[in-house]
Amino acid sequence: MDQPALTSRFTLAYAYKRSLGPVIGAFMTGLRDRRILGARTADGRVIVPARAYDPASGEPTGDLVEVGPSGVIETVSHVAQPSPTDPVQVPFAWALIRLDGADTSFLHVVEGSAEALHRGLRVTARWRAERDGSLRDIEAFVP
Amino acid sequence: MRRVHVQGVGRLPPAVRNVPSYATGPAWDEPQWSVAGPDGPELLTPAALDEAEMVQAVTAAALADAGLSRDDVGFICSGSNDYHQGRPFSFVMALDGVGCWPPKRESHVEMDGAFALYEAWVRLQHGDVDVALVYAYGRSSLGPTDEVLSLQLDPYFLAPLGPPPIALAGLQAQALVDAGLATEADFAAVVARAWRAAADDLYTSVSAELVEDRMLLHPAVASPLRAHDQASFADGAAAVVLVAEGAGPAIEGIAHCIDPMDFGTRDLTTSRSARLAHAAAGGGIPEVAELHLRFSPEALILRDALGLEEALVDPTGGTLPSDVPMVSGLTRVIAATEHVRGGAGRALAHCTAGPCLQQNLVTLLVAP
Amino acid sequence: MSDSDHTHETAPVTRFKAPTRLDYTVTAAAVTADFLRHILEQRLVGRRCPVCAKVYLPPRGVCPTCAVRCHEQVEAGHAGTIDTFSVVRIPFEGQVLEPPYVCARILIDGTDAPLLHIVGEIAPEEVTLGMRVEAVWDDRPLPTLARVRYFRPEGGTP
Repeated sequence: MDQPALTSRFTLAYAYKRSLGPVIGAFMTGLRDRRILGARTADGRVIVPARAYDPASGEPTGDLVEVGPSGVIETVSHVAQPSPTDPVQVPFAWALIRLDGADTSFLHVVEGSAEALHRGLRVTARWRAERDGSLRDIEAFVP
Repeated sequence: MRRVHVQGVGRLPPAVRNVPSYATGPAWDEPQWSVAGPDGPELLTPAALDEAEMVQAVTAAALADAGLSRDDVGFICSGSNDYHQGRPFSFVMALDGVGCWPPKRESHVEMDGAFALYEAWVRLQHGDVDVALVYAYGRSSLGPTDEVLSLQLDPYFLAPLGPPPIALAGLQAQALVDAGLATEADFAAVVARAWRAAADDLYTSVSAELVEDRMLLHPAVASPLRAHDQASFADGAAAVVLVAEGAGPAIEGIAHCIDPMDFGTRDLTTSRSARLAHAAAGGGIPEVAELHLRFSPEALILRDALGLEEALVDPTGGTLPSDVPMVSGLTRVIAATEHVRGGAGRALAHCTAGPCLQQNLVTLLVAP
Repeated sequence: MSDSDHTHETAPVTRFKAPTRLDYTVTAAAVTADFLRHILEQRLVGRRCPVCAKVYLPPRGVCPTCAVRCHEQVEAGHAGTIDTFSVVRIPFEGQVLEPPYVCARILIDGTDAPLLHIVGEIAPEEVTLGMRVEAVWDDRPLPTLARVRYFRPEGGTP
């Protein structure tokens, strides 16, 4: 009765397109134009990425403010062996980065070894040549 | 408010089918599940059963445990996520397992079964229905579980970068280390303790010999976390029968809170949502707590947020040795139920969803 | 902008592509595996509910009316009756057959729940409710429902 299991490869794929709205649209347009935008909240903080509403209070945000493109690593998690789905294929770290002019931190990747990258290090965005308005328009941050 | 009791429980033990590389020690045979066969109970491998059969096994057991029949059930609520098994509308087909004809009053949440239990509890408060049947099932072994969990991420600001769950948990863990609240040795101790406890637990079919002082020699996957800091995924199913003004452990309170997904706007070293949910559910110190952990540092954050001594937490080993996505939270409620049945006066069950403990559901059970 | 900069678009960005792709290896549970192994042998084998005695084809692990597991395997016929049908006239992504074609629910002899399949060798406008049809087997030894290429009017095209 021991017959091999019947298995089958199966792929689920969806070609979603998302509309962005005025604030996230402006943020993505900014990335395409090599600018990182934050949004000013009712209590005067600048949150990055720009959002239409302040996650802390639910209040609408106001003016868009250009921040970065440099900042300081706030929290870092090193990846010695990148997987094929990771944004870069060299040793790197996932990092929360406090961009100059921002009051919140921003998740992206920083290229470099575990020895080279640490909390408090200043890093700056390296832009992709071909940009279309997405977080991947920043290839990575670098020291 | 109607007092709702957990009158019956049923579950298939978690079956870890993709054995983690660090797990050495006792044999890792293909686990087996005992289900109703043509001539009494039969032992089958998890792969042999379809989702409806898994649901049938646990719901029939829970109803028998409650001393009720299908005809007594006024409302059915289930939790599952079709992306885990890669079978669109599997939750509709799984309904065969409870008998979907004649039509039932039924609902489904694309969440852990603990959230289905929450909906059922709310439904019982309406007053027109007295018995609710809650179930959950998960077959993470069929799909790319990490990638499925990443679909929960913010589609604009997180998903395009594709951080795996361990990367986000790594940032949370590093935030704890940077704040001086924990060390890598603390994380290893959480993992070692969980596997030790699981080895003695009736329902956890896995064990591993993790030597605590050697665990830190393994390379980090996303520093400071190593492979063993992540829960190993399993297949399983569970069911609970809730009865208003019934018998058995009673739900003193149940509440759910959520933190913003944007990590940059919240303090990763604490869980405000878990603290709020605990307070809303009734607060105070339980005699025992069953937590839903995806990563070891979450134990330290939750212990602090819920005000728990280490000794009270996860005597069953919890979910680090075997986490059944969509089922683990409901299994925490079952474990807490069994603690109360065994003599505990008050037990806490926790369920999390989303990255970095974003969502927290707390249920407090008390002796009837 | 640097020389390597190739982005010249200036209109505001209003949407972005977010494709999703997940790869699975699905395993057939025993009930389905038995059915697929039988269909490979050009047999249609369903399962009977031990309580209400209904025969399900394709077999179901659990009877949806009685909520008990179905163990007994039952050999069904190769012919049946059209229960209801629909003529597919529009193309869609991933379509296997060329429209127009007939998709039908067929109650196979010896079973109690209809099977969804294709009706061929007949013009769509000639298909009727209650029509008797029989299986036409595909030569390729595939353990799938496509092992039956389609059903055609019993005894050949009228």
